[in-house]
Amino acid sequence: MGGRRGGFSTLALVSGLAACSPVAVPPPPAPVASAPSTTPAASTPAARPTREAVPAASPLTEDQRILHVLNRLGYGPRPGDLERVKRMGLAAYIERQLDPGSIPDSTTDQALAEYRTLTLSAAVLVHEYPRLPPEVQRKSASGEMSPRDVAEAYPPERRAYRILTEMQAAKLTRAVLSERQLEEVMVDFWLNHFNVFAHKGPIVWMLPSYERDAIRPHALGRFRDLVAATARHPAMLFYLDNWTNVRRDTMIMQGPNRGRMGGLNENYARELMELHTLGVDGGYSQEDVIEVARCFTGWSIDRPQQGGGFVFRPRAHDRDAKRVLGNVVPAGGGEQDGMRVIDLLARQPSTARFVSTKLVRRFVSDDPPRALVDRAAATFLQSDGDIRAVLVTIFLSDEFFSAQAYHAKIKTPLEAVASATRAVGARVAPSPSPTGALSGGAISLARQVAKLGEPLYESQPPTGYPDRAEAWVNTGALLGRMNFALALAQNRLSGVRVDLGPAVATADRSQPEQVLDRLIAATLNGEVSAQTRAILMAQLESPEITRVRDYDSVPRSTDVEKLAALVLGSPEFQRR
Amino acid sequence: MYECTRRSFMKGGALALVALGSLPRFLVRAADAGGSSPRPKILIAIFQRGAVDGLSMVVPHAEPAYYAARSSIALTRPAAGTSGTLIDLDGRFGLHPSLGSLKPLWDAQRLAVVHACGSPEASRSHFDAQDYMESGTPGVKSTVDGWLSRAIGAMPEPTTSPFRAVAMGPRLPRILRGEAGALALNSLADFELKAGALPRADMIDVRHGFESMYEEGVHDLLYGTGRETFEAVRMLKTASPQRIAPAHDAQYPRGRFGESLKQIAQLIKADVGLQVAFADVAGWDTHVAQGNERGQLAARFREFADGLAALDRDLGDRMQDVVVLTMSEFGRTVKENGGRGTDHGHATAMLVLGGSVRGGRVLGRWPGLERENLFEGRDLAVTTDFRDLFSEVAVRHLGVPPVAPLFPGFTIAPARYPGALA
Repeated sequence: MGGRRGGFSTLALVSGLAACSPVAVPPPPAPVASAPSTTPAASTPAARPTREAVPAASPLTEDQRILHVLNRLGYGPRPGDLERVKRMGLAAYIERQLDPGSIPDSTTDQALAEYRTLTLSAAVLVHEYPRLPPEVQRKSASGEMSPRDVAEAYPPERRAYRILTEMQAAKLTRAVLSERQLEEVMVDFWLNHFNVFAHKGPIVWMLPSYERDAIRPHALGRFRDLVAATARHPAMLFYLDNWTNVRRDTMIMQGPNRGRMGGLNENYARELMELHTLGVDGGYSQEDVIEVARCFTGWSIDRPQQGGGFVFRPRAHDRDAKRVLGNVVPAGGGEQDGMRVIDLLARQPSTARFVSTKLVRRFVSDDPPRALVDRAAATFLQSDGDIRAVLVTIFLSDEFFSAQAYHAKIKTPLEAVASATRAVGARVAPSPSPTGALSGGAISLARQVAKLGEPLYESQPPTGYPDRAEAWVNTGALLGRMNFALALAQNRLSGVRVDLGPAVATADRSQPEQVLDRLIAATLNGEVSAQTRAILMAQLESPEITRVRDYDSVPRSTDVEKLAALVLGSPEFQRR
Repeated sequence: MYECTRRSFMKGGALALVALGSLPRFLVRAADAGGSSPRPKILIAIFQRGAVDGLSMVVPHAEPAYYAARSSIALTRPAAGTSGTLIDLDGRFGLHPSLGSLKPLWDAQRLAVVHACGSPEASRSHFDAQDYMESGTPGVKSTVDGWLSRAIGAMPEPTTSPFRAVAMGPRLPRILRGEAGALALNSLADFELKAGALPRADMIDVRHGFESMYEEGVHDLLYGTGRETFEAVRMLKTASPQRIAPAHDAQYPRGRFGESLKQIAQLIKADVGLQVAFADVAGWDTHVAQGNERGQLAARFREFADGLAALDRDLGDRMQDVVVLTMSEFGRTVKENGGRGTDHGHATAMLVLGGSVRGGRVLGRWPGLERENLFEGRDLAVTTDFRDLFSEVAVRHLGVPPVAPLFPGFTIAPARYPGALA
């Protein structure tokens, strides 16, 4: 939203390089004067004399650079993606990804049409997808109502949990199918950054709108708009309790606390600074927390249990002057106090650094290179928080295309499931009866993500899921990934169909080694360690499995399934 | 005879086990010891994530300031003969009525409370405060390992079992990350490779294939983790702890917390060499509508207490070797807020449960709730540094030498122990 105030257009910048390639690639806007002197090459246009949008000195091959981009800007390559991007040119691919509206995506749109709840407002969802009333729950538990009675009165396809299931399935559908891969990655990134928890109070009904109206429109937009949109969204107002945050000694007129005296609730104010903007070491005090909470008094929800929207309650607002980070918020600002705070926080150098660090961690390395964070933060400040511009700085950096960054990230549960599904070109079938029972391939995949430890929209703490691999790599989770690989390769996931025939079709079947090589080429671009390859080869040499089958005519082939499971469960495939 | 350290064993790899004829290592060890080795001391650490309101858990009902600060969420003073109200402990403090299942343990002097316990660091960030409590270094973020991992490393006779340290859940918590190594598992039943329709011979190939691929590369996050996985899977298959039913009619509450405790008890009873277990339980961040005798927090307390009581009942005599230690990153404001809830505060209450606990006492110096006694004028002050409590448990229960670098920058001093253990 909003016009570009920064005096440049990121898109024009990248499209410039794509249109007249092969030419020098203009860099992102030059960092301000304080940019570190250790990175002069990155800030001069002439330093990028390559027809791809990557540094000339990249140690990666062309194929590797493309795969790297497919793995970082999206959920990994599908069969044929490498060639597609090669034909298009990497710069053009990145440019298009930065402008998702320009990419046709009708296949995804069709698949999403199955999920009706995605398009509805909270107010409609509350009525059409209720939770079981406590009294029905009691009667059901006591046997007074049979499961059939309950299902008749409250059909399962019209209950609140369906909303969450559809959201989860839609997320997998988009990750696997969408051509707008970067947009999906960024929506996921911001949802985790501005986390809300589906199971707190009425949030489940607000969730479709939260993603659709507050996060998605700004995923590649201006950071300040993202903060404002989440701050005013009922899902966030409820999750971090600001809807109850009122001036000290206010008589509460509505809701469960009607008739009693209210007061401040610090929860949102604290997390806004700690998790959304400045970062925990971003230079704020407990006094700032209280002052920010005062600014947000009266920001509330018009009947949250009815799916109502944002409302400002002037009587609950603290009208006195406040002082936030040393800045005076004058008395009488009303609803605008909160907007002033958002404007102030979204533009702080601490915020630029905190958000840039998280972005570099997401796209480059768990241990973000400091120089790149410096440049990304400089872009953030100079562009007034233009997320697209910050991403360009990251994507065009030496660090992004460095040997250290290649395959350095370990996939999150969502990335592991989506990338495996994409790698084998699995078909994700829609639910057999979209208005009836919940089933279908995307739902199966979402359940796998949950099994690997990160159920979607169900992170309870405001931190969201951790962004460093050490938090999710452990024995149980790794075993879960092997089991997922086994289930996927054996076609045991309901609604997900894998046909490995095409991948191995051209192999000489009397030479099992060729079958293996085709599989490794298809899923890992042939990049496995000598050790892994030797181990997989040993599988072929063991007497039980040198059976040669006709892969084309026989629907199941345990040999190929087994090898595919091993490849998808290999250490190499856990990286991106 | 197999006198190798756990580390060198791990380096030798899981395939060494195959060479031994698939005999799980703990059995080899037991055979060597002639079955007479003493049962290991076991610590079960429980993290109440989200900052539990210690003032509602163990209520200072003799303090007028408590009632003055909490007009709607205070718990009514205990009255003789009434049920559903605060359970008096010592005339000063009372247990929340939803914690009633812990009262028999208190009466049996197996449960102690350490009140006004917490961090010397003032952070009111959940994330930072949890991090500090798990790393054991308040104010220092660069600490790489967790204090429980360091405690295991410093134990005099660690078992070599891959189940020596186990965290229930999908992620390995900060508190157990480190050199000593620990397992994270969601459920014992799911902790195996699922063959599906693969013929048995193929499945053996697959298992060997995965094992071999994750065998090498000691310094890599993925590989190191992979190797431990297979040893544990094999061991679990032999010991089958998931088949051991709760004893003594112990009833675990439904839900993840109860499941976690039940499975910890199964691991203990299966004698797989467990020494440190960890579970967490969320839902304590009660900013709104916290409730009093009834309500949101009461429901969380019921699950919490019923879980601990079931664990104690289930383990029976084994509780002689077990200490359960509960913790939470900080407490909550003394004064209730605008939404009948409480905001982030400072000190809280922690529980110590077990056969060797000097229970039936509220330990620690009580700082009082008058305004001049409060931390920053609003929160319960910390009078027991959590490291004093944790080091008492590590030293007196697990046998960690008091000179061990358990908490970098902090000297273990028995004089400062709250006195929870004999």
